[in-house]
Amino acid sequence: MVGMEVAGQNSNIVSARDLGVVACTRCTQVWPAGTQICSRCGSTIVARDRLSLQRVWALWLVGLMCYVPANMYPMLQTRTLLSVQEDTIVGGAVELIHHGAVGIALIILIASVVIPIGKFMAIAFLAISVKRPSSVSNHHRQVLYEVVEYIGRWSMIDIFVVAIMSSLVQLNTLAAVNPGRASLFFALSVIFTMLSAQAFDSRMIWDVRARQEEMTTDE
Amino acid sequence: MDQPLPIPLDNLIVCTHCDAAFTLERPEVGQRAVCARCGTVLITPRRKAGLQIIAVSVAITILIIAATVFPFLSISAAGATNSVSILDAALAFSDGPLVALALTTAALIIFVPLARVLLTIYVLVPIVLDRPPARRSTQAFRLAEALRPWSMAEIFVLGCAVALIKISDLADVAFGPAFWMFSGLVVLVVVQDNFLCRWSVWKSLDKTQTS
Ligand SMILES: [Zn+2]
Ligand SMILES: [Zn+2]
Repeated sequence: MVGMEVAGQNSNIVSARDLGVVACTRCTQVWPAGTQICSRCGSTIVARDRLSLQRVWALWLVGLMCYVPANMYPMLQTRTLLSVQEDTIVGGAVELIHHGAVGIALIILIASVVIPIGKFMAIAFLAISVKRPSSVSNHHRQVLYEVVEYIGRWSMIDIFVVAIMSSLVQLNTLAAVNPGRASLFFALSVIFTMLSAQAFDSRMIWDVRARQEEMTTDE
Repeated sequence: MDQPLPIPLDNLIVCTHCDAAFTLERPEVGQRAVCARCGTVLITPRRKAGLQIIAVSVAITILIIAATVFPFLSISAAGATNSVSILDAALAFSDGPLVALALTTAALIIFVPLARVLLTIYVLVPIVLDRPPARRSTQAFRLAEALRPWSMAEIFVLGCAVALIKISDLADVAFGPAFWMFSGLVVLVVVQDNFLCRWSVWKSLDKTQTS
């Protein structure tokens, strides 16, 4: 591994903004500060997206609003010769535990309950932490952000399970599985929280520290 | 800022995750350049990476098309059988407002991965052949990168495993040829993503355009 050499004279790491340059977040090309559009790839360039937090919160709220009905409506309707059964996300997992499939129930619970709720809390925490000083180190917050970005997509698994089951289990009168209304809300919730996480400008995490360090060295 | 910059812009590299600026130092082939502040990998050059990625991309394209057409899973219980392709699974949400969900699912597991490999082939072939980039290469590569989080083939495969276990006490389930193709495809997608050095691709798109 090669560590990048630090720009500037002192050994402290310098932000592009303090150096009077700005980087395109899509293709990483460096431009003088104030450049509006990257002429290499055509992306819009912003030194720090001040409106980014508003977008984060708006998308976060929509995602949360979709997550509530996703848990109230049935996710899956199973029709067999004897009965018709409708399961919500949590209800379906509880049913699986009764059948002894604890591992699968855990995957479903983690992907559909733990990850989404953890994601809502993590994004909210990150968005608040760039406004006020936080006791959590920048490095940990950057890791948290990357985990949120990486893991958020995996919540989609429950939608795929519903899709596979309802296309496969169509055995005329014997048994049929059909998707419930919750699937739509759940998919929307996952999509909006992914967009919310993408709207967050992770460079802001490091700005606060830069400011704090300036303050401590001034003293 | 009015004062002249201490370093020419071309010798700078900026980490897009944390905005740290560094003087550019090209790593040797096989090594990686890492952001000293947040640890993001900035450059990972590889020998003949372009050719390998094109080969993998062609394989992925063939696998996606084949996996979409062939039966994927089949189920049987008390004489009744049903086999479905991936497209059937994606289009399972077909009544009422759920149609939107069917289209989204189809996009996430088939069309987005397919679009990404086709765009990658389109961008990389001229670079590997040392020709000027194809028209709108930069837009194509930008789109391929923007689509990255929305390509969910690997999540679908895990979803299959979960669905199979859920169904298994209801009926007998068998894997069709497409299941194995799709699993192979997921491995290739991961390989392709980890082989591609974005910085090098952008650099070569840039060089050939300005000269
Ligand atoms: Zn750019
Ligand atoms: Zn960094």
